[in-house]
Amino acid sequence: MKLEARILLLLGLFFGVMAAVYWFWSKETAGSIMIFAGMLLGFLPGGYYWWWSRRMPVRPEDRDDGSLEEGAGVIGSFPGSSIFPFLLGMGAFSSVLAMVFGIWLLIPGLGLIMWALTGATAESRRGGQY
Amino acid sequence: MTDVHEHVAVVHEDHGDHHGHEEHHGPSGLLNWLTTTDHKVIGMSYTITAVIMLVVGGAFAELIRIQLMSPNGTLVGYAQYNELFTMHGSVMIYLFAGPFAFGALANYVVPIQIGAPDMAFPRLNALSYWLYLSGSITMLLGFFTAGGAANFGWVGYAPLSNAANSPGYGADLWIGALLLTGFSAIFTGVNLVATIFYLRAPGMTLFRMPIFTWNLLVTGILILLAFPVLTAGLIMLFADRHFGTHIYEVTGGGVPVLWQNIFWFWGHPEVYILALPFFGMVTEIISVFSRKPVFGYKGMVFATLTIAALSLGVWAHHLFTTGTVLLPFFSIMSLLIAVPTGIKMFNWIGTMWRGEIWFSTAMLMAIGFVITFLIGGLTGIYLASPPLDFFAHDTYFVVAHFHSVVMALVFGGLGGLYYWGPKMTGYMLDERLGKTQFWIMFIGVNLFTFPMYVLGLEGMPRRMAVYPHDIQWKTMNDLASIGGFLIGISTLIFVVNIVYSWKRYPAGDNPWDAGTLEWFTTSPPPHHNFYRLPPIRSERPTWDYNHPDQKALAHGHASQEGSH
Amino acid sequence: MDSTPQPPKGAKVRTSSFRRVRGLIALPVAALILSGCTVPSFGAYESDTTTGRSTYHLWQGFTIAAIIVGGLTLGLILWAVFRYRRKSADAIPKQTQYHLPLEWFYTIVPILIVFGLFAATVVVENKVTAEPKADVTIDVNAVQWGWTFQYPGTHALITGQTTQAPMFEMPAGANVHFELTATDVVHGFYLRNFNFSRLAIPGITNQWTFHAINTGEYFGQCTELCGLYHSIMYFRVKVVTMAQYKAWIASFNTPEGARAAEAAALATKQQLDSIIPTHPTTNHGVN
Repeated sequence: MKLEARILLLLGLFFGVMAAVYWFWSKETAGSIMIFAGMLLGFLPGGYYWWWSRRMPVRPEDRDDGSLEEGAGVIGSFPGSSIFPFLLGMGAFSSVLAMVFGIWLLIPGLGLIMWALTGATAESRRGGQY
Repeated sequence: MTDVHEHVAVVHEDHGDHHGHEEHHGPSGLLNWLTTTDHKVIGMSYTITAVIMLVVGGAFAELIRIQLMSPNGTLVGYAQYNELFTMHGSVMIYLFAGPFAFGALANYVVPIQIGAPDMAFPRLNALSYWLYLSGSITMLLGFFTAGGAANFGWVGYAPLSNAANSPGYGADLWIGALLLTGFSAIFTGVNLVATIFYLRAPGMTLFRMPIFTWNLLVTGILILLAFPVLTAGLIMLFADRHFGTHIYEVTGGGVPVLWQNIFWFWGHPEVYILALPFFGMVTEIISVFSRKPVFGYKGMVFATLTIAALSLGVWAHHLFTTGTVLLPFFSIMSLLIAVPTGIKMFNWIGTMWRGEIWFSTAMLMAIGFVITFLIGGLTGIYLASPPLDFFAHDTYFVVAHFHSVVMALVFGGLGGLYYWGPKMTGYMLDERLGKTQFWIMFIGVNLFTFPMYVLGLEGMPRRMAVYPHDIQWKTMNDLASIGGFLIGISTLIFVVNIVYSWKRYPAGDNPWDAGTLEWFTTSPPPHHNFYRLPPIRSERPTWDYNHPDQKALAHGHASQEGSH
Repeated sequence: MDSTPQPPKGAKVRTSSFRRVRGLIALPVAALILSGCTVPSFGAYESDTTTGRSTYHLWQGFTIAAIIVGGLTLGLILWAVFRYRRKSADAIPKQTQYHLPLEWFYTIVPILIVFGLFAATVVVENKVTAEPKADVTIDVNAVQWGWTFQYPGTHALITGQTTQAPMFEMPAGANVHFELTATDVVHGFYLRNFNFSRLAIPGITNQWTFHAINTGEYFGQCTELCGLYHSIMYFRVKVVTMAQYKAWIASFNTPEGARAAEAAALATKQQLDSIIPTHPTTNHGVN
């Protein structure tokens, strides 16, 4: 996990240096802000991983000699199938079409989205065990 | 050899899932397709949808080429021509190249390559696909509305894309489609990064991941950096069109060139988002069919990360002629991209060097990629130089340059389909038809791009429905059209090949004697991908398992190499 | 771990391969030096302005570099492809994965090439973007789908749209300063014979200077998609001697000239929304 964190932090660092160079050279706001935001997008997940990497044991997938037996056990809960992604997608589809063809399409759109969000959450609560 | 059935078997088939167990026998029926969260089914859906989009976008391209065969082309009018090239570009970039790159083969192969049972967020993955599919439908719906499809170019420069200049549903549908596919891409990016960070099999350290997976990790990171910017820009564009804001309009104190900055801040990383997965495919193919490990593996990873790092600092080379950007900064950043790209190029050559090259269709496609990409890459270097960009900008030179690049990517993608197709379906594609397809396409691509370079140097601007007679552009346009038709024919051969080879040549688990994990499992893989796994001690666990005495050679041994 | 140089055998072979590479580079370079100033144009136009010429020479330099690098790389690809065909289906080659000196070589050399190209770029770029003292100033305004050329301080005004291809005049051998903007959408001012283009963007005034070398008449087009009739948004420029130019400008300063210009402007303005040709006439090319 340390290496993963380091990749993101180094990318963020590079963007930070680039943002500084760009800002002091060009004084152009839009681009500087966008690169600066890129730096944050490197630091945010990178910092999270770094924080965790110091608080967890080295995982078998991070060790050169990790053996397959070490990975045995529950690694997560995967719904075998679910209708909710489709419903959510169709809700989003309908909402986007509402932008074009008329606001009434938001009714089925948001309806489907709400149904899918609650349904998917309930599905996770029923099925998930961590 | 350990049997690790439990490693994947422990994955929960959870809760009141009525057909959870039948699914192990492969999905069947519409309901199963609608409810699936299996990355393989989703990857397959992505692949089929993206190839359909390739054919649709290709059909637009053929119409464009017919129109340009005469200076006063009358196949379509000005308005329809603008719609045609806008939708050609949009379909190819947003609906084919991107989703094919990070949604199709990536979705299918990446989890298997790292020994994972599925993507990290299977339901999010399914949502990505549904957003992609509905986005594609949304964009193409434009043709069925009164005003026609969007017609302001695939870059949608403000203020041409505002309500006054582009009224009608087509433009709004274009924006809506990009919002949908944009979120689809973001979710896929999240999924790829989380999967690669959290679901690797024990022993699969980052530096043992296949290059394809590495490239998709970097692609995922780039998606997260770039796509939100486009989405934000599109929402502002929509607000300008309908809610009376003036973000991109001079009249209310807005700045038109801001759209160009935002668009290309997404748009140039997007070029690498498109390219890196194909680089990965080609790396795998060249390595397998040269029967050697990837030459300079660590250099390859370093180069990929360098491309990602530089990619946020090059967007304004699309804006050199706006007169509003810092020329030297963007010039040197863009030129520097050539260095990691060059490293990749030489690593591909180094992988082939002293190998035992098997010229399967996949390998031919990969070589076609390398050669075409070399041309596209070298002509790209010109455009990183502002004075040269001043004279080539918005001419056919640029069109030729990026068509060299994207046609190289199409070679890579086809190579990927010929290479991983047997894994996905369990059946091989016909090699004779494949090789015919390759040669027609290779000739077609070069016959298509070279005249366009000449046209660009002769000053033909892009996006022209008609062009003056007395500048002798017709001959070159005719040649380019013939090349375009050859590419079309080669695509038809591919479709014929799929039909012809349907369930004809069983593939077996590892038809190419490849080295990565996906070739250790069955073709197609079982529901959660593996019944058992080999020990993972290098980036080629399957190779190590099959050829225990042929390990990759370390530095010391290697330094006698490469000198002959 | 073990990156110490290998026994002489390997080293010697490396040198010989390097010599071969050096030969490959030296050959075209020598050919170029021998051929003197007849460096081929590689398809580009030599250009009729001083800055355009500089761009043209930069183009030649880039192309020579591209041919050398590209030719070398293509040669290596083709050599690998033809030389290392597999001999039998089960032959396994040596599993070489790393060769650090070689990898460093092809990392550092491209960096050097890139900085060379960048240096040349900066030199030319500074020439192209330089703003010397202007002898003549022309204000250009792009609209859908026509052009307006105004000469501040005079009554000269040239305007026209689509295939009317308005023709403005400028003197050769003088610094002609341009100020370019647009009223509606983004357009592109592009003169192929001057190796130059600039976007015309609403709210932004772009400036540059042409120093034309020869007299002549050249064809220009809008290059940035600007809507329906983008394909036929033509213009022309006539480069004349300074004396001819002065006489031409003076013709606008007579009352008749001024009136004619105003009438032309009005006519064009009225025409803008009315008559748009469905097909372009075709006789507005170069010369």
